[in-house]
Amino acid sequence: MPIQLTVAVLLILSAIGYWIGRQRAMSVSGGRVASLHSVPNYYGSFVAVWAGIPALLLVLFFLMLKGPVIEMLVLGAMSPDAVLSWAKASISPNDFQALSTAGIAGADALAETQRNLMMINIRNLATGQERFVNPAVVDALLPAAQHMQHLEATSRWSLFAICMAIAAGALFITHRKITPQFRARNNVERVVTWGLIVCSVIAILTTVGIVLSLLFESMRFFARVSPVEFLFGLQWSPQTAIRADQVGASGAFGAIPLFTGTLLIATVAMAVALPLGLLSAIYLSEYAPRRVRDTVKPVLEILAGIPTVVYGFFAILTVAPFVRDMGVALGLPVSSNSALAAGIVMGIMIVPFVSSLSDDVINAVPQSLRDGSYGLGATRSETIRQVILPAALPGIVGAFLLAVSRAIGETMIVVMAAGMAANLTFNPLDAVTTVTVQIAALLTGDQEFESAKTLSAFALGFVLFFATLALNVVALRVVQKYREKYD
Amino acid sequence: MEAMTMSQTVDPGAAAAGKIVKMSSRGTKVFYGEKRALHGIDVDIYRNEVLALIGPSGCGKSTFLRTLNRMNDTIDICRVEGKLMLDDQDIYDPKLDVVQLRARVGMVFQKPNPFPKSIYENIIYGPKLHGLATRKDEFDAIVEASLQRAGLWNEVKDRLLEPGTGLSGGQQQRLCIARAIAVSPEVILMDEPCSALDPIATAHIEELIDELRENFTIVIVTHNMQQAARVSQRTAFFHLGDLVEVGETEDIFTNPRDERTQGYITGRYG
Ligand SMILES: Nc1ncnc2c1ncn2[C@@H]1O[C@H](COP(=O)(O)OP(=O)(O)OP(=O)(O)O)[C@@H](O)[C@H]1O
Ligand SMILES: [Mg+2]
Repeated sequence: MPIQLTVAVLLILSAIGYWIGRQRAMSVSGGRVASLHSVPNYYGSFVAVWAGIPALLLVLFFLMLKGPVIEMLVLGAMSPDAVLSWAKASISPNDFQALSTAGIAGADALAETQRNLMMINIRNLATGQERFVNPAVVDALLPAAQHMQHLEATSRWSLFAICMAIAAGALFITHRKITPQFRARNNVERVVTWGLIVCSVIAILTTVGIVLSLLFESMRFFARVSPVEFLFGLQWSPQTAIRADQVGASGAFGAIPLFTGTLLIATVAMAVALPLGLLSAIYLSEYAPRRVRDTVKPVLEILAGIPTVVYGFFAILTVAPFVRDMGVALGLPVSSNSALAAGIVMGIMIVPFVSSLSDDVINAVPQSLRDGSYGLGATRSETIRQVILPAALPGIVGAFLLAVSRAIGETMIVVMAAGMAANLTFNPLDAVTTVTVQIAALLTGDQEFESAKTLSAFALGFVLFFATLALNVVALRVVQKYREKYD
Repeated sequence: MEAMTMSQTVDPGAAAAGKIVKMSSRGTKVFYGEKRALHGIDVDIYRNEVLALIGPSGCGKSTFLRTLNRMNDTIDICRVEGKLMLDDQDIYDPKLDVVQLRARVGMVFQKPNPFPKSIYENIIYGPKLHGLATRKDEFDAIVEASLQRAGLWNEVKDRLLEPGTGLSGGQQQRLCIARAIAVSPEVILMDEPCSALDPIATAHIEELIDELRENFTIVIVTHNMQQAARVSQRTAFFHLGDLVEVGETEDIFTNPRDERTQGYITGRYG
């Protein structure tokens, strides 16, 4: 009895429930639908919901618990002999020696990793994938595998039976409850409300979960490297020695070069994005005729939809060579992956973001203020400088902060254009690297999740998260304060 | 001289009384895109008088008022035909500097719209634009004089640096009047200046308008017949984009010549 079938039967039952509920409501109303408290569809939904949801929740619960419970039962039932003969063929002789001299009572004696390995063997046997199992251990594990198969089958059948019982019971009870006075609408609405609440709670919990996992992994990192060294150290080279006699692989986790690199690139990006975005917003909202505005705005918004990888191409193929050539022409030493090139392209990426946010706040300045200024004989640019911009300033600051947090979090462009060299410099013509680039570099490829090198990625992520969170909170506060003034 | 002779066709009685024409409109037509909002308006506005514009909603009062200082220029689709004069200056002369025109013809709006700046800065906004003063004591003098004339000085003299948006509605509107006065205009246009205010604040503003008449020429749009009767010397009645009748306020209210005017002021429609 596969679980998919159980779910399918439940859905069919629920659909039938809808139909039954409707019919029942029609018949109890005696043909006068208006005498019902709710329209018949609500009675149908009422029955369908109760016939379907509790049993489906049970299935979900079952799926979450089934694996661990069955494993526990299987391991608990294994004989010490079977465990020993598996161990003999599977673990190192030293470990086996230690195990057998201690004298074992069952699977509990194994270390966790060993037990997991054995479990994988059993599971492969039970699901008929013997080719993945060492033939020397098949005989020892066969009873356990059969036990597992047996448990799996029983559990699925009993799940099916219980679900059917619940659904049928619910059908029967709800069907009987339907009278003309019964408030089916309120009941269904309540279920819908709860459904929505559950969805938003899941979204929030996921966020909390992400933050917590970041936090815990960072703590593990900080157990190895002191926070002071991490936050204030001036050298970043996360290659730790695998063997003690390796050379040139000391491992330094001073994140300052990454922070300055991030800041440098973000500064260049904002130096590009703020004037371009703000001025184009001013042009669009104050100067441009309707027709221009209606075409230019969507075009700007298309810029926002370009994948950042494509901006990366643009940075490598167009902007970086251009910056280098300019540098050569001016006699300045420019490295091939300059912070300037990456920053410029990132700035262009942020332009639509800044301009659309600024456009919103500029448009939120009441027309009456513009009229007042024009009525006193001010020109357009005087009105913009002296009335509109001051009134919109808090909103523009908010937009700026949000844009900064995007610039800090941006990865792809800098991975492609800025390089990996963790130089501590404020010269935009040098190569720098950023926090996000390092995180990506640390976690790509095969990694050992115990080393300080890998864990440092989480610490960086944590700092990044905190910085952007703080920026967003401040930005939202500023924007909100500004809104209060006109509403 | 030309304006004087033309005005006789509009209101012979006024010209006979020796009044001086400050602004005049001949055949003014206004279009919003294809739609014509005014069908040719002939009217004179005399110096040191209050002219009230009345008429049902949508008849073009605001439109006409806004042609007088070219505020319609800020509306893309708006087009003006006809001859509008301020003294002997053609208002729609392409060579005319709109900035100077608006310094001479100020405007007060329906909703009080102080800038989100201090009271002081609200007042000196115009004088600064037009370079009417440069030194701090000159600005101080302008601020005090304007607020005095707007009857607001005593209420705000201790809080000049507080934001103008923090005042009550009636105070804000007087601040806006003071702001308009500060650039020493010759004409002040007011578009329903009291419609957002309570009766006491309204009475305040009406008194103020009466005092301002000594130094300025005033055109006021109002929906309130009593207000028109109280503050104006002459009244113009607009209807569906036409100027139906203009004359001494007393005549218009007691003895209207057109039956549309009669219907409107007795409240039959509008
Ligand atoms: N910006 C505009 N664009 C298009 N049509 C307009 C515009 N402003 C006014 N109109 C039209 O011009 C006509 C006159 O409008 P106006 O605002 O001058 O009337 P009003 O007499 O001031 O009315 P109210 O007493 O309601 O303020 C109306 O039909 C209006 O729809
Ligand atoms: Mg109006």
